[in-house]
Parts: sequence; structure tokens; C-alpha cells
Amino acid sequence: MLDAILAGLQGLSEGIRNTEGASLIMLAIAGMMFYLAVAKDVEPLLLLPIGFGCLLANLPLSELMHPGGVLKTMYDFGIGNELFPLLIFVGIGSMTDFTPLLANPKLLLFGAAGQLGIFATLLLALALGFSKESAVAVATIGACDGPTVIYVSNLFAGLGKIDTSMVGALDDAAYSYMALVPIIQPPIMRMLTTEKERAVKMPPVSGKVSKAALIAFPLVVTVVTGLIAPKGLPLMGMIMLGNFMKVSGAVPRLAQASENEIANIATLFLGLAIGGTMVGHNFLSVKTLMVFGLGLFAIIVDTVGGVLLGKLWYVLSGGKMNPLIGAAGISAYPMAARLVQTEGQRWNKQNFLLMHAMGANTGGQIGSVMAAAIMLSVLKGLGLI
Amino acid sequence: MSNLTFGLTLLIVGMGGTLLTLWLLTLLIRGLTTLLPPPPPEAPAPAPKP
Repeated sequence: MLDAILAGLQGLSEGIRNTEGASLIMLAIAGMMFYLAVAKDVEPLLLLPIGFGCLLANLPLSELMHPGGVLKTMYDFGIGNELFPLLIFVGIGSMTDFTPLLANPKLLLFGAAGQLGIFATLLLALALGFSKESAVAVATIGACDGPTVIYVSNLFAGLGKIDTSMVGALDDAAYSYMALVPIIQPPIMRMLTTEKERAVKMPPVSGKVSKAALIAFPLVVTVVTGLIAPKGLPLMGMIMLGNFMKVSGAVPRLAQASENEIANIATLFLGLAIGGTMVGHNFLSVKTLMVFGLGLFAIIVDTVGGVLLGKLWYVLSGGKMNPLIGAAGISAYPMAARLVQTEGQRWNKQNFLLMHAMGANTGGQIGSVMAAAIMLSVLKGLGLI
Repeated sequence: MSNLTFGLTLLIVGMGGTLLTLWLLTLLIRGLTTLLPPPPPEAPAPAPKP
């Protein structure tokens, strides 16, 4: 009888006895994510489920990421086959208002400058000894666009081109840096611009765009980008589908469902499954640290690229363009645009840069997907995928 | 293909392709907004005669 009780108690203490240092570090990382999400309101929609997935996967003897486990099932169901990021893209398309971009299409060029980090990081990753496909996957963190990183990394993992243990690190780095954009960007914006440049007052955006042009826009973008870079069609096609449903006004229920229920459910499952990939013994490695370092480099260079184009534009326009707007040429929507507005107002209370920045930011969304699509198509052309 | 050649190829074709595609899209947007302009603002209703 006593033996049975002791054996039973041993079973209850098994979890505590199997606690490893790596698990404790990962639990601390999960705790940090909760702190940022709950106390600091930093990207709670992403960090809370990712942190909880990380917590669940790292408790001793957790089987949630084993075959048949709930997190593993979510991963296989929606991330391993790239479904969740594409569903989120439909939602992003429904949430995005391209009116400021159509009112001032030149702002789309900021969306190209904002992708400089992708290509600079690619070169750096290759120099650091990453394989060609791994380097491309790491570089996509510079798209500042979580779903794109998940799509590309899982595509390569599915083809056996990158190690599956790297996918978790890539996805986590992408989402972590998306959440940290408000912390990363402002110092760079201030460092690269003068007080006079930051205070430049922009004229209001006219905002007069016909409904017909707004409806035609997603169709034109889908066809043109699909013809140029067909490998990226799932990404661009899903964003534009969401936007087409919204602007056409023909299917308000579908547009609202995409924007709310579908995007929310996909975000929850995606966050949990990504958090589940952060298992200590796989995650805590030099390679993960390098991925995080390269991701930070990518987003810094993105911001530098955008602001430098803004400065060039400032000179060419005779001081009429506020170069801060260039920092919004990344995909983090609408966070990057709001940051520009906040930063602009800090230096000139009468400055309202939001609509211009929204134009550049939506340009960044298109630019990031386009850059990934072009890279995939070039890789196909080179016979690498 | 060496890593350097690969990296430079992607830099030139990738960054160049992104820039060119977005520039092409700016032209198409201009075309769209010219072909499909917003309706002219409605003239204000005449003031009622006293």
C-alpha cells in the first residue's frame, strides 16, 4: 500500500523532477511576452498566444508538440501547409484602405525602399555561412511581415531545403520584431534626420478616389504581380481578395468575417502553434541567436532605406517631403504609419502625416509581398526550388 | 553557383524587380485614377427665392 502511494506521489512529482534549464529559460521568455502583451500592450494579439504556446510546449514532459498533440495538430493543420498565413492575408486585405496610396501613388516607391533590409540581410546571411535557401528565409524577416516569413520558411522546409527546427526561430523572430517596431524605428528616424526635416509640414491628402478605381485596383495588382512573380501569387492574391471583397461592397458579410472572425481565429491558432515551436532544446542555439540578430539588422536597414529615400525626396522636392514618411514603407500596418504620425507631431504639433504615412505603409505591404514573390520566382528561375 | 554570385543576383534582380514592379504599379494607378475619376462634386442647390 505504502509503495503504491509512493509510486503515485512519484508520478505527481515527475514534472518537477524533469525540469531542465532550457525549459526554465523558455518559460522566462514566455513570461516576458506576457508582460509585454498585458502590461505594456505591445502587440497583445500576437505575443499573448505565442507566449502561451511557448509556455505549454516547455512545461516538463509536455506532449502538446508531439504527434497528435494539440499544438502539433494546429501546426500541421495551418502552418505546415501555409494555410493560416494566407487566411490572415485575406483579413489584412479586408482591413487595408488603399485610398491614400491611390490618391498619391508615388508613395508606393517607399514600399520598395523599405525592402532594402531583405536584400542586405540576404548578403550578410550568406557571408555568415547560411545556405542559400536559409539565407533567403532569414532575409524575409526584413519584409516585416509575419505571414510572409511563415509562408516562405514552410515552403522551404516542405521542400527539405531548410531544417524544420529553424522554422520556429524564423517565425518567432519575424513576429517579435513586428511587435518591436515601435521601439526599433524611432531612434533610427531621429538619427538620420534633422529637426528641420522632421518638422516639415505636409499638405493634406486630397483623398478623392473613385469607388471604381478602388475596385479595379486589387484586380490590377493581382494580375500584374501574378504575371511578374507567379510564385508569390498566393500571398498577393489573398491580400487582394480580402481588399476586393471590402471595396466592392458586394459581400459585406464575407468581408467582415475575413476581417474579424477568420483573421482572429487564424491569428490565435497561428500564435499558439508558433509558440509551440519554441521548444527549449531546439530553440536555444547559436543559429537562433544569429537568426534574431539578422532579423534585427534587416528591420534596421529597412528603416534606413525608407528614411534615406525620404531624405532624397526632401532634397528633390525642395523641402516639401517630410523624410519621416519613408520609415512607414515597411509592412507593419498600420503601426509604422502611426509611429510616423507620432514622431512628426513631436517636432511640429500642427503636422498631420498620418494619411501620407498610410499611403507609404500600404505601399510597404505590397512591396514586402512583391519582394518575397520576386525572390521565390528568381529561385525558381535558378532551379533552386 | 557561388554564394556571392547568388547574393548579387538576388540583390540586383530582386531589389531591381521590386522597384520596377512598384514603379509600374504607380503608373497603372495613375492610369486607373485618370480613367476612373471621382464624380464631380454636386453643385450646391440654389438658394430659395425670398
